[in-house]
Amino acid sequence: MCEMSILQPPPAKYGGRHTVTLIPGDGIGPELLNHVREVFRFSCVPVDFEVVHVNSAVETEDDISNAITAIRRNGVALKGNIETKHTMPPSVKSRNSVLRTSLDLYANVMHCQSLPGVQTRHKNIDIMIIRENTEGEYSSLEHESVSGVVESLKIITRNNSLRIADYAFRLAREKGRRRVTAVHKANIMKLADGLFLQCCREVASGYPDITFDSMIVDNTTMQLVSKPQQFDVMVMPNLYGNVVSNVCAGLVGGPGLVPGANYGRDYAVFETATRNTGKSIANKNIANPTAVLLASCMMLDHLKLYDYASLIRNAVLTTMNETRLHTADIGGQGTTSEVVQSVMRIIQIKIFN
Amino acid sequence: MAGNVLRSMVIIRNHTPEPCLCPGPRSPQTSLLYLPRSVFQLCRDSEELAVRRPALSSASFSRGMQTVTLIPGDGIGPEISTAVMKIFEAANAPIRWEERNVTAIKGPGGRWMIPPDAKESMDRSKIGLKGPLKTPIAAGHPSMNLLLRKTFDLYANVRPCVSIEGYQTPYTDVNLVTIRENTEGEYSGIEHVIVDGVVQSIKLITEEASRRIAEYAFEYARNNQRASVTAVHKANIMRMSDGLFLRKCREVAETYKDIKFTEMYLDTVCLNMVQDPTQFDVLVMPNLYGDILSDLCAGLIGGLGVTPSGNIGANGVAIFESVHGTAPDIAGMDLANPTALLLSAVMMLRHMGLHDHGNKIQTACFDTIREKKVLTKDLGGNSKCSEFTAEICRRVQDLD
Repeated sequence: MCEMSILQPPPAKYGGRHTVTLIPGDGIGPELLNHVREVFRFSCVPVDFEVVHVNSAVETEDDISNAITAIRRNGVALKGNIETKHTMPPSVKSRNSVLRTSLDLYANVMHCQSLPGVQTRHKNIDIMIIRENTEGEYSSLEHESVSGVVESLKIITRNNSLRIADYAFRLAREKGRRRVTAVHKANIMKLADGLFLQCCREVASGYPDITFDSMIVDNTTMQLVSKPQQFDVMVMPNLYGNVVSNVCAGLVGGPGLVPGANYGRDYAVFETATRNTGKSIANKNIANPTAVLLASCMMLDHLKLYDYASLIRNAVLTTMNETRLHTADIGGQGTTSEVVQSVMRIIQIKIFN
Repeated sequence: MAGNVLRSMVIIRNHTPEPCLCPGPRSPQTSLLYLPRSVFQLCRDSEELAVRRPALSSASFSRGMQTVTLIPGDGIGPEISTAVMKIFEAANAPIRWEERNVTAIKGPGGRWMIPPDAKESMDRSKIGLKGPLKTPIAAGHPSMNLLLRKTFDLYANVRPCVSIEGYQTPYTDVNLVTIRENTEGEYSGIEHVIVDGVVQSIKLITEEASRRIAEYAFEYARNNQRASVTAVHKANIMRMSDGLFLRKCREVAETYKDIKFTEMYLDTVCLNMVQDPTQFDVLVMPNLYGDILSDLCAGLIGGLGVTPSGNIGANGVAIFESVHGTAPDIAGMDLANPTALLLSAVMMLRHMGLHDHGNKIQTACFDTIREKKVLTKDLGGNSKCSEFTAEICRRVQDLD
């Protein structure tokens, strides 16, 4: 789905097959990623997975370092969410966050589209959300200055703000989008969000064919729940991106439907957009595999395996919209395996026609 | 008996609806009562208790008029304040209004402050109702809302969001309350330029403020018969700051075993809120998340034009306000919608223990909106503000 001309995916070595790092994660990650491998095997996709497990229960950083090395080696990864346990001391940072910052995956891209087969309160939503992925409130720089008083630093830099704004405008132009909206809180955080907004304006001046406007984050959420159709492309710092992407995912039907991608200059990591571990529904065969399957299609597009990507994507969307085989999170009664079987059936019919 | 009576002067402030054990009439002014020493002691204890605990019990206790400081505000502020006063009169609510202006003035020492007569009135009445205030640009002084917050240490912002029957939104059956810590967090305003092109903004979380807001949230839940309190945080990323906030909430939850306590990530709350808002009850959170979530919830029920809001401060002060803007384009044209200020005023009545009057006015307001015959433009009709107000007054009187 999202292919940026500036990113060169690794050339296929080893007999025309790609190697992709797979990080199962916790909760529903392992079972859903197994289904992805099943579908890939069935469809004869020329991708081999190098599986790297990351244990969230240990305090050492060895596991995540191994995963990062594997991604550096392969250039592309597909991952489930790694749980962050609160019982650990604060020095143990969120593994997902460490992965994003080490690989400098500065852009998190999510495309929220209303699906015709899913019942939602709002229709005709088509929003692209580009979220700065490495700094902002997620800098993990905290200290207790005096006992009982904790300071947490939010860092905004000119370089990263320019970089993400540039990414947003280039993506908007490439996809033929008309408008980019910057989401901020510069009336309160005058210097930090003010800098972000200023960088967005600077970049916008170089794209006169695209309209640029800005909106304060609380007004944005209010508008999203009343008139989400007004938004086209949105760009924002890290925390607001977290909020807005979750609101939009909820508007189009839930966390089980929307795939997300994290792009850096050299690497790309694909996962579900809302990054949930789904601990409460793990191993019960009720999780929705749509988001992970669509994320794997985004990955195939990135590897320039467009035919395979379209094949699997069409099968997933047909299952969703025509067959209407829905899992519990979108109001149906199907199981995960039933949905996956349906996808594979549709692929089989397509291949043999 | 006469030998045991001690002459004592008891100052009874009229902000507390807590049943005071002092006999005798309540009046807004200082009362000289002749009481036995033991009763005097009881009075003082209960008074202290009332000042310490947020006065939100459902005990309906009010004899005589209560004073409320009214701040009409700017733009459409004056007309909607007049509308509210008219409706209160029609409902025979025992409220005496004291109008004050809070435009900032420079005090001794060069610091900006609110006018002393406004401060004096609020300190005396302890209850305020505020219309929308203009945000000054290049006026040299900070926003009035910020000044009010600092002057009265308004630490909790409470927004009950209830779906209005008759004002259709895609979300029905919303019934939740957001309680937002209003003094620190991301809005501390502490920012620095480290080097050229790198800015840092400091988010401050303190033990004291977190404990205070958590206690308020649980107290509110208990006094308003709410079943659960959910703490909203991002402690997976902001381990120490939101971790501290969460710890304090957990500690306070221990002392309120009758209220269910849950914790949820901010992103999960947002995700679930737009899919099924009925699963939430009372939400407590730090400043930024509260800002975003409370506006999100306002959007669910129809926007800022119909959302009430209250700010609770230390020392028993409470200021209720409408959170929409001043709407200068329709000011003075009798087109404004007074619903937000009216519902905030109803919230105020409940806070003061005047539940009957509050319910009456709210029912009249909701009935008017449900009937859809007399509605202001933003609600989908084409009546004037005065017509809308008159209709509510009529219904209020009919309800008697």
